[in-house]
Amino acid sequence: MIKLKELKNIFTRGLIKDNPVYRQILGICSALAVTNLMINSLVMGIGLIFVSSFSSLTVSIIRKYTPKHIRMMVQTLIISAYVIIVDIILKAYYPNMSEALGPYVGLIITNCIIMGRCESFAQKNPPLSSFFDGIACGFGYTFVLVSVAFFREFLGFGTLFGFSVVGDWWVNWIFMIMPPGAFFMMAILIWVANSLVPAEEESIVTGGGH
Amino acid sequence: MMEVNPFIILFASIFTSNMILANFLGMCSFIAVSKEIKTSLGLGQAVTFVVTGTTVINYLIYHHLLVPFGLEYLRFIVFIITIAAFVQLVEMVIERYLPNLYYSLGIFLPLITVNCAILGVSLFMVIRDYSFIQSIAFGIGSGLGWTLAILALSGIRQKLQKAPIPKGLQGPGITLIITGLMALAFIGFSGIVSIQ
Repeated sequence: MIKLKELKNIFTRGLIKDNPVYRQILGICSALAVTNLMINSLVMGIGLIFVSSFSSLTVSIIRKYTPKHIRMMVQTLIISAYVIIVDIILKAYYPNMSEALGPYVGLIITNCIIMGRCESFAQKNPPLSSFFDGIACGFGYTFVLVSVAFFREFLGFGTLFGFSVVGDWWVNWIFMIMPPGAFFMMAILIWVANSLVPAEEESIVTGGGH
Repeated sequence: MMEVNPFIILFASIFTSNMILANFLGMCSFIAVSKEIKTSLGLGQAVTFVVTGTTVINYLIYHHLLVPFGLEYLRFIVFIITIAAFVQLVEMVIERYLPNLYYSLGIFLPLITVNCAILGVSLFMVIRDYSFIQSIAFGIGSGLGWTLAILALSGIRQKLQKAPIPKGLQGPGITLIITGLMALAFIGFSGIVSIQ
């Protein structure tokens, strides 16, 4: 059974120290597109936690039987299989959400975070801790998504999760809903994150491989 | 969507719905590789070539293999396999005939497989229900648009190398702000044509 301390370590690393988006600038392709509304980001985040945790688990279980040179392909196929499950569930139960997210659900496959965790953690660790590592990284990603979406939806529409939180006097910042708003918001959040928790090594920040 | 002129799609996918600046696709390699103009140009060419090729292949597979058998839900897996195989092929060809380009792109070529823009174009093609010619135009346009964006960014970043930037913003932070400004500039095109 996994130790509590180890579990805590995995979570602080995934959420703060090695947060995939702030620290490694991975996986922001899909991160930005769905951040115009909080509910979209939340659903996307939950989907990503599901895919990331279960694909880490699966990769870890079969890690001893996977030939080294085709492991990337195997990982991609495992991830695709879970993404298909997410896509089908969304289509069946939340067709509106599925339409709003458009191609970005499918793009979870090419999200570097999941691939990165499978490759760097799940490939070397036992199934259970890989599973929790996947969840932790997914949470870190969701946290970033929702925080970007919080500001974009609040400033852009004056609402949170679709509920109006400010009065009629609020003038919507149309700019925030448009793509540049996402870029600026993300840059500001990275700035804040880097200032609050300085990176231990410079190489982590610039090391975003893809 | 069927009646849109392919040239309009070509133009729109370069300027008004640019893969990076409007759809946020292909950001990872966009930020990592955009330090030098030369490398950016190489990667841009590779992406344009791969995206056009895979869009055509994926169109044929999707409409002639998956749809007749009712297997549309398998498209994610099929598309990603096509892309991976195609990239592998391109890598071998470049290694054989253009060794200089191969060395300068180095690690980044295999990463095209996980470039969101490539898969994104194929998925957009399915969602927007493009015809064959429209898909080709969309593929070429998206690749060119991506190249244009990464070239512009690397040009700006080279000028920025000596600029004093706040510590927390160095690297990805400032890159995102530049990208935001570029996206803002590209919004100026949005009045011309729209395909969304």
